[in-house]
Amino acid sequence: MFRATLKSLLARKVRLILSGLAVVLGVMFVSGAFVLTDTLGRSFDAVFADAYAGIDVNVAAKPKIAVDEAEGEQVAPAFPADVVGRVRAVPGVAEATGVVNADGARLIGSNGKVVTSFGPPQLGENWTGESDLVKLREGRAPQADDEIVVNAALATAAKVKVGDRVGALTAFESKRRDFTLVGTFGYSGGRDSVGGVNEIAFTTPAAQRLMLGKPDTFNSVTVRAAAGVTPEALRDDLTRALGPGYEVKTGEQLSTDAAAGLKEGLAFFNKVLLGFAAVALLVGTFLILNTFSIIVAQRTRELALMRAIGASGRQIIGSVVLEALAVGLIASVLGLGAGIGVGALLAWAFGTFAGGLTLAGLGVPPAAVVSAFAVGMLITVVAALLPALRAARIPPIAAMQDVATPDRPLTRLTVAGAVVTAVGGALLAVGLTGNAGDATLSVILGGVLFTFIGVALLTPLFSRPVVSLLGGLFAWSVPGRLGRLNSGRNPRRTAITAAALMVGIALVTGVTVILDSAKSSIAGRAASTVDAQLVISGAQTGPRPPVFDPAVVDRAAAVPGVNAVVGVYNDNAIVDGDRAYVVALTDLAAMGQIYHTTAQSGTIATLRPDQVALSVSGAKELGKSVGDRLTAQFARGEGPRTYTVTAVLPDDRAIGSIILPKQAGAEFTSPQPFTALVQLTPGTTVSQVQPQLEALVADSPEVSVADRATFIEQQTSGFDTLLTMIQILLALAIVIAVLGIINTLALSVLERTRELGLLRAIGLRRAQTMRMITVEAVVISVFGALLGVVVGAGLGAAVVRALKDEGITDLVLPWSQIGIFLGLAALIGVVAAALPAIRAARINVLGAIAHD
Amino acid sequence: MTATIGRHAQAAARASDVWKVYGSGEAQVVALRGVSAEFERGQFTAIMGPSGSGKSTLMHCLAGLDSVTRGTVSIGETTVTGLGDAGLTNLRRDKVGFIFQQFNLLPTLTAKENILLPMSIAGRRPDPAWYDTVIDTVGLRDRLDHRPAQLSGGQQQRVACARALVARPEVIFADEPTGNLDSRSGAEVLNFLRNSVREHGQTIVMVTHDPTAAAYADRVVFLADGQIVSELIEPTADTVLDTMKKLDTPVITEVGN
Ligand SMILES: Nc1ncnc2c1ncn2[C@@H]1O[C@H](COP(=O)(O)OP(=O)(O)OP(=O)(O)O)[C@@H](O)[C@H]1O
Ligand SMILES: [Mg+2]
Repeated sequence: MFRATLKSLLARKVRLILSGLAVVLGVMFVSGAFVLTDTLGRSFDAVFADAYAGIDVNVAAKPKIAVDEAEGEQVAPAFPADVVGRVRAVPGVAEATGVVNADGARLIGSNGKVVTSFGPPQLGENWTGESDLVKLREGRAPQADDEIVVNAALATAAKVKVGDRVGALTAFESKRRDFTLVGTFGYSGGRDSVGGVNEIAFTTPAAQRLMLGKPDTFNSVTVRAAAGVTPEALRDDLTRALGPGYEVKTGEQLSTDAAAGLKEGLAFFNKVLLGFAAVALLVGTFLILNTFSIIVAQRTRELALMRAIGASGRQIIGSVVLEALAVGLIASVLGLGAGIGVGALLAWAFGTFAGGLTLAGLGVPPAAVVSAFAVGMLITVVAALLPALRAARIPPIAAMQDVATPDRPLTRLTVAGAVVTAVGGALLAVGLTGNAGDATLSVILGGVLFTFIGVALLTPLFSRPVVSLLGGLFAWSVPGRLGRLNSGRNPRRTAITAAALMVGIALVTGVTVILDSAKSSIAGRAASTVDAQLVISGAQTGPRPPVFDPAVVDRAAAVPGVNAVVGVYNDNAIVDGDRAYVVALTDLAAMGQIYHTTAQSGTIATLRPDQVALSVSGAKELGKSVGDRLTAQFARGEGPRTYTVTAVLPDDRAIGSIILPKQAGAEFTSPQPFTALVQLTPGTTVSQVQPQLEALVADSPEVSVADRATFIEQQTSGFDTLLTMIQILLALAIVIAVLGIINTLALSVLERTRELGLLRAIGLRRAQTMRMITVEAVVISVFGALLGVVVGAGLGAAVVRALKDEGITDLVLPWSQIGIFLGLAALIGVVAAALPAIRAARINVLGAIAHD
Repeated sequence: MTATIGRHAQAAARASDVWKVYGSGEAQVVALRGVSAEFERGQFTAIMGPSGSGKSTLMHCLAGLDSVTRGTVSIGETTVTGLGDAGLTNLRRDKVGFIFQQFNLLPTLTAKENILLPMSIAGRRPDPAWYDTVIDTVGLRDRLDHRPAQLSGGQQQRVACARALVARPEVIFADEPTGNLDSRSGAEVLNFLRNSVREHGQTIVMVTHDPTAAAYADRVVFLADGQIVSELIEPTADTVLDTMKKLDTPVITEVGN
């Protein structure tokens, strides 16, 4: 039996290659994700270990507000310079250096544009001299407050050289300030940057003022232990000496903590990639199931003969499963290899394009190997199980009959499909109405999976009418008519091939519906509630949005033709003991005017330094009403402040749920506004005012003045980026579906060799033969896309409805996208048909007629 | 060694000194050794001979389904030898009809659609009167909307005959058209073929093993070992059987000019 299996496997290797390829791609995705995240993780470990190598112990003040990695870099708060003296006085300290080191120092390149970073921070710091890590490359250390040195990578990126006057924006000065570049530095090992980080080093007083906002402060002290003192012991001594306001960590701890944050991000990234891999594998499963079904159908006589000469049903199952295992094994090995390659390539691309990360050696984590084999073999065997069972049910008599594959009724399949779809729908309903608690995401994903499988089971039922309808479009020519008939010939085969394409298209459509709806809801709300014609803001490229001088807001208000201006600051704060997102406004009255706000209670007027306004939902959450008090602690505030509620505003007419006066903004992480909304007096045109406002922010190259339409577009452009990324990741699932179409057609062509020969014998041209196959492919792929669009739009609409309370009120069906998908599907059909069609056209007429 | 028979100006198909060699070296098989033959218009010719004698090969070469190694083949005015795929396709469309031993019909099409398929492929409309005549002659009028799977083997072969006839090709080639049928269905099909020759002037070349089937033909050509070895005009089952018996003996009767 084993030898027979092996022989039949070899005999049909071409047929199995395509379905094997689907597994290879899926496994490649899985193992590639593991390899990529593992390699990046170890690279970051190395970066941080290196960055903190010269530090035995580090002292920092406890942050007032803890920030997640996802929300931006943690800012170590400033503390008085005399702490350095206190540290130095502790026994066991050999050396203590006060350090200023904060994100937000942006160099302006020789082209006048700000050097941006996608990810790695842009540090501004005080020059503390050369060390084991840092080495001057050129020039000298900064001595005057208008002198700086930068790391070599930054100098290259900005195209500046020693001796140039260069501009920079800093955390506390969003206006351009000019410096003389007096030197550049590199790092041990001849590196230009560590992990893509850009650094600008000032003199200590300049760094304190520009990066911490206060003279005579530092935000960390690096400590070298005296000989014979362990960092751990010194850490404990320092903790005791400095008291609870300070965090004392060893260099090693510091590096592990810093890496841990990034690794959390990487783990999340890995999960996202695995999610997409799962989609690809689901599609691959359909493809394998189909291939094995077709192969079993084509081998009916052979299998029946084996039964007739005494093979048991179990042996037949065994032989099919064995075949699947072999395919799965080979595919897993190839997929793992390809995954290692792709992971390495992506890691290299990431290191190169996302800022000079020095990669640790390529690693293949056990998870990559285990998952590659588990996933690859499991999927193949599971997919082959149904066809195997069918094979075992072939009666020995089939060997004697001519055509032993009568069309079985679809009743059982349809009932099963209806049940599975219903289960999927129920799961979705539970998940989307928020009745699933913590399991919401799993329940929704389960619902989507069941829906897909259920619809796939129902597909044969629709396939007859829909395919004949679609095929009708081509029925004007004989090849078209033949192609149409062929595509309706094996409803199951057509259906599962189409269903594979459905999965990818449905997900893309669903996501598009959700994102477009969100986009339209946001834009619609902004357009209907915000009566501002111009917006001053900058496109966010780093962890924090670009900000500008608060004075710009006042000056903008004084520009003729401007009716009202409100500047907005934002941050996280501790409000009455809980973390909350807060905004500060330069003028609540101006916001009232721009939003046409009528207070639900209290009055809208410019807030005094101790007043706060709340939205209805904010008030409800905090349990406050007008006249009540609340306390708030800000990132850079000395201590908590108390505010009195003066107004409660309708949710859709307020900029935030907790609105503070501008004095509070000065204690935010970024003590400057990131947006200002400008309302013009009636009769003033945008073009009259825009140039004057642009002149006001000329010193802040990251900030621009946009009209409302442009602004709304900027605000929602993130959705487009997200959509593009999701589409790219789902493309693999679609590629696998295309493989499925190719495979099905190739098998069908093989199966119909005689028929093709006959057609050619009675005068069908090669081109007509190819057209016939192409029509079949196009009908299948458009059918799949149609299913996908319908299922996807349905799923998307369900999610959008469920998110109604979250503010997604519009349901946008992306008709043009849907049209594109259908057109693309037709194209996919044409492409997928190419090889089988050529093969069909090349069929040797004589050979085909003699074919058995 | 060349045997030529039936020199008539009115040839519907002609082979002159046709050689067909399969493979090369050790595995080389010479299937046809310089066959020359003419198939007269309006005649029903049967080709007979022992298994492996080259009957199918000769027919395939005549029909343009296979290329010849040497010599020329022509159908009507058209020289088949040297035509490319497009030319051969055109030839098959317009000048040649086929009836195979089995698997003649597309399972997805009804009988009527199968019959009309060559014409639809060529984008021609059938002559309605002729179509009616053909359908009536094959006696399939009440079965036209059935699919092949719903027809008996004999009915299927009759549909195949109708398909070949309806386009009025220069010549119809049939390779053992009754090979899979019982004697009664076979007789139906053969009667039908003979009638189409007698009444409508169709030219038919048929390969067969069956002396009774050959007796329906106007003329029988005998092949042995890739050469034409004998010929019978107005055959009967008995004369055919006799000739075959003679051929089985080692002495090969050579038919000269
Ligand atoms: N494709 C091929 N390759 C090699 N040899 C071939 C091929 N086709 C036919 N032959 C050989 O050519 C010779 C003639 O074959 P052909 O099929 O014409 O015989 P036939 O007279 O039709 O026999 P039968 O009565 O069994 O159908 C045989 O020896 C056969 O083995
Ligand atoms: Mg033969």
